Amino acid sequence: MAKTKLMDFDKALELFEPVIGLEVHVELNTKTKMFSSAPNVFGSEPNTNLAPVCLGLPGSLPVVNEEAVKYSIRLGLALGCDIAEVSGFARKNYFYPDMGKNYQISQYDDPIAHDGSVEIELESGRVIHVPIERAHMEEDAGKLNHVGGSTGRIQGAEYSLVDYNRAGVPLVEIVTHPIFGGEADTPEIAAAYVSTIRDIVVSLGISDARMERGNIRCDANVSLRPRGNEGAGMSVLGTRTETKNVNSLRSIERAVRFEIQRQAQLLSEGTAITQETRHWHEDTGETSPGRPKSDADDYRYFPEPDLSPLTPSRELVEELRATLPEQPTLRRRRLAAEWGFSPLEFRDVVNGGLLDDIEATVAAGVPAQTARKWWTGEIARIANERSAVPTDLITPEQIASVVALVDAGTLNDKLARQVLAGIIDGEGTAQEIVDARGLAIVSDDGALIAAVDAALAEQPDVLEKIRGGKMQAAGAIIGSVMKAMKGQADAARVRELVLERASAE
Amino acid sequence: MSETPAAENAAPEITAETVQHLAGLARIALTDAEVEGLTFELDSILTNIAKVSEVATDDIPATSHPIPLSNVTRVDEVADVLTREQALANAPATADGMFRVSSILGEEQ
Amino acid sequence: MSELTTLTAAELSAKLTSGEVSAVEATQAHLDRIAAVDGDIHAFLATDSDASLAAARAVDERRAAGEQLGELAGVPLAIKDVLVTTDMPSTSGSKILEGYRSPFDATVVAKARAAGLINIGKTNMDEFAMGSATENSAYGPTFNPWALDRVPGGSGGGSAAAVSAFEAPLALGSDTGGSIRQPAALTGTVGAKPTYGGVSRYGAIALASSLDQVGPCARTVLDTALLHDVVAGHDRHDATSLNHAWPSMAAAARDGVDPASLKGLRVGVIKQLQLPGMQPGVKERFDETVALLTAQGVEVVEIDAPHFEYAVAAYYLILPSEASSNLAKYDSVRFGLRVEPEGGGTIESVMSATRGAGLGPEVKRRIILGTYALSAGYYDAYYGSAQKVRTLIQRDFAAAFSQVDVIVSPTAPTTAWNIGHVNEDPMQDYLNDATTIPANLAGIPGLSLPIGTASEDGLPVGLQLMAPAFEDARLYRAASAIESLITARDGKPFWAQAPSLVSASTGKAAA
Repeated sequence: MAKTKLMDFDKALELFEPVIGLEVHVELNTKTKMFSSAPNVFGSEPNTNLAPVCLGLPGSLPVVNEEAVKYSIRLGLALGCDIAEVSGFARKNYFYPDMGKNYQISQYDDPIAHDGSVEIELESGRVIHVPIERAHMEEDAGKLNHVGGSTGRIQGAEYSLVDYNRAGVPLVEIVTHPIFGGEADTPEIAAAYVSTIRDIVVSLGISDARMERGNIRCDANVSLRPRGNEGAGMSVLGTRTETKNVNSLRSIERAVRFEIQRQAQLLSEGTAITQETRHWHEDTGETSPGRPKSDADDYRYFPEPDLSPLTPSRELVEELRATLPEQPTLRRRRLAAEWGFSPLEFRDVVNGGLLDDIEATVAAGVPAQTARKWWTGEIARIANERSAVPTDLITPEQIASVVALVDAGTLNDKLARQVLAGIIDGEGTAQEIVDARGLAIVSDDGALIAAVDAALAEQPDVLEKIRGGKMQAAGAIIGSVMKAMKGQADAARVRELVLERASAE
Repeated sequence: MSETPAAENAAPEITAETVQHLAGLARIALTDAEVEGLTFELDSILTNIAKVSEVATDDIPATSHPIPLSNVTRVDEVADVLTREQALANAPATADGMFRVSSILGEEQ
Repeated sequence: MSELTTLTAAELSAKLTSGEVSAVEATQAHLDRIAAVDGDIHAFLATDSDASLAAARAVDERRAAGEQLGELAGVPLAIKDVLVTTDMPSTSGSKILEGYRSPFDATVVAKARAAGLINIGKTNMDEFAMGSATENSAYGPTFNPWALDRVPGGSGGGSAAAVSAFEAPLALGSDTGGSIRQPAALTGTVGAKPTYGGVSRYGAIALASSLDQVGPCARTVLDTALLHDVVAGHDRHDATSLNHAWPSMAAAARDGVDPASLKGLRVGVIKQLQLPGMQPGVKERFDETVALLTAQGVEVVEIDAPHFEYAVAAYYLILPSEASSNLAKYDSVRFGLRVEPEGGGTIESVMSATRGAGLGPEVKRRIILGTYALSAGYYDAYYGSAQKVRTLIQRDFAAAFSQVDVIVSPTAPTTAWNIGHVNEDPMQDYLNDATTIPANLAGIPGLSLPIGTASEDGLPVGLQLMAPAFEDARLYRAASAIESLITARDGKPFWAQAPSLVSASTGKAAA
């Protein structure tokens, strides 16, 4: 692929104001699909999670999943949307072999939720309110596997194989209004928005929210308008492109940045932007034009005759509103204040996905900093070693039990790490491991004094240094004692004893 | 559901190009003779049925479902699952437990 | 012809219940009848005597074991090929579904099986139920048992002809714009389109989802009602299915047997359904029947339904639009025909070639029309307007039913026409459905029963009854009374007058 000519990002921003609009698809984690009672499960053998509706079998009919509706309403509420009094389904007609019916059941005129706003916070602390146009329910398509050809991509493939397991998985599509005023932050805004949506759906428990599995997918609309038109609203938007299926936060940021630079270059050369769908290529870091929209301009939407409208009662809406968890952005702000972490520490926690775990660990009685150190330190290290998810290794209660033993003086840090490893390996409770392995600190001064005296006798030169006032030399003696005690000694107490015995003679 | 303004009451003339375009949208390969026949027939039919717009004034609500129902949903429980053998049984071509189709040019949706 | 095939379902059921006749005997008699006459009638697209007899044996065993069985247990049932069945192929009359085997039974089929009815075979129909003569079947036409050079009506010509020719006492059909009622009229049988949602559509291969309704066919009103009771009711698989406590239609039919039950009934005759092109013999029989009703103390009221003149136009926008979407699934990927274009090609060209070769001319015509009507820029003028007309027609019906209990009309403007008769302009064919279409647009129940033969051709004439939504029982009560009046007038049931019986029973069809 020829390298696309790009304008320098800062230069592009001098000349143009970027405007973006984002469409995020969220796969819901209901037990069954949107319109059929087939299982909604990821990673099964191909074509094993199917009911007649998923394949569009003759005579099959869709029926709406009640739980998916509730999830959608909760999501709508979490996005600050109004929930429609009457909401209907419509058919979006186009042929593609990943759709069993060759139409997608979606919502058109009357989405379940509309007119909301999502607050996002950038690294700089800048807060932005992203206006939400609508959130509507629809169904996912199956998956095509392209076989043959050199790249495994669609181009050059000899044939394709269709797996309909994903066909009919419930989706909510969240559509923003155009986002103005992002300026140089625009790429970050796109990523931060998607990240916030991810946090929201995780907090609601309505999606597995794993971007690498496609649980959350983003289409980014980007347009530029020449300087001087700021504040003019939608009336003078530039021609936009829609970059499809950008599926990681980093890619979203890069794709938006790329489009801004590409479009700025073209516009500065006097070339008009083509309104088109573009595809993001992770490998090259570029977007390329998609199939020209031949059918796409005519989806022939009409009300789905097989399904009746939804008229969620206001009682139900309020009932669901009462189940909403704290908004993730607000919650973070609150926890950062409560825990007193530095911004850097807090970001590590968030990026590590450890917010819930630390909160639970604090709730189990562990000081916030101690909880953070365990989760981002030893547990993260073991998880990384074993390619495991930290939360799967240990519970907050188990951590609290180890910390309690440290506080009681039974364990030092090193021993505590051994006990933790024992818990992770399933050897039992902290106390059981301490007992079984004999890991408790030796607090019998007699044994310690003997060990200190032996070490001092073995290293008379060090003893001299200590006596000469070089207190840091005590480290060598402490090390020898700790080694002799197999680590089961309180290093602070050992130090006291070393100084005491060194000066005693 | 379209936002576009209503077409004129009189049916527009149907041309062979219109029929070809529609056949493309509907994925139906037509012979020239079929296109010619359909052009004539469609024109005649539309001339006769365009009169619906005479009485369809703005104050009349649309009826999409003859017997109005609402909130018809099902519980979120697994049922009616097909075995893979059942799913693939009627397929013209399969491979590796999947439906085999010719290559797809252009880009993924 | 075995005597068993000329029994009504109610009579056969009595013999089955008493043990005088076994389900296997009843099934075998009908299979023999099919073997004898279906070469001439071509009502069936598929039969499987082993499957039918196995089902019959199972019913006999259950009965022998003392199990309490449904009233129709052991009675053979012909099933329109639009309904999917696990034991026989389901093609909807199309080449594109040739040999298709459904992994599930349509709900009505499952209910019929659970009630002990025996699937005797799948009946012929216009391709995807698009047509009024069964000549659009990809597998060749069905012939009217009353005159083998005539059509049986459509789209459910196979089910109507099977019942008319004593190949089955009962049949299931589907009615989108008259496909049960009009063939009933043309073959001298009874057929009912229930209230929309009264019977599940799950497993009925969709034509136009908001118009389609599955319903019963038989030779008598009571038999039709008995089958209606078996298949009606709520189905969790169909979101348009009504959760309603339906009264027994058979009880209503039995209530109505005495014509005295008609006294005080208010019957409407809609001006706009007295079509200008109506055949004189049809009008004659209709007027005569209205006179019979008046003589019974029925109050006959002329009704104005000003928007009915737009019904056909609205119907031929809504049906093609929904059909263009419903039929998109026939694309060669998961099931059905696949045609590779010469030299291979992309999936897009394979889909187009398959649909070009696998769909018949009427189906293509309606898909193209529907695609047009839904297109950007035309939606409001066509599909949108048609839906508003639907509202207006419902209002016309509401106004009518504020004055009368039941509306009557001729079911079809003519008797059965000659096979092969082609109207150059398809619109002429469409206009023939004007009497039956309004009930589908409004979702209300309709029923057709025979009221005699037309003097000019000796072919059956049907009377259509319509009632408000949910009042299906009212139709059966009134139809049963009218049937009694016709039987009394003629001295025998209408079905016993079918002229083809004698010759057909010898294997030689009547001309």
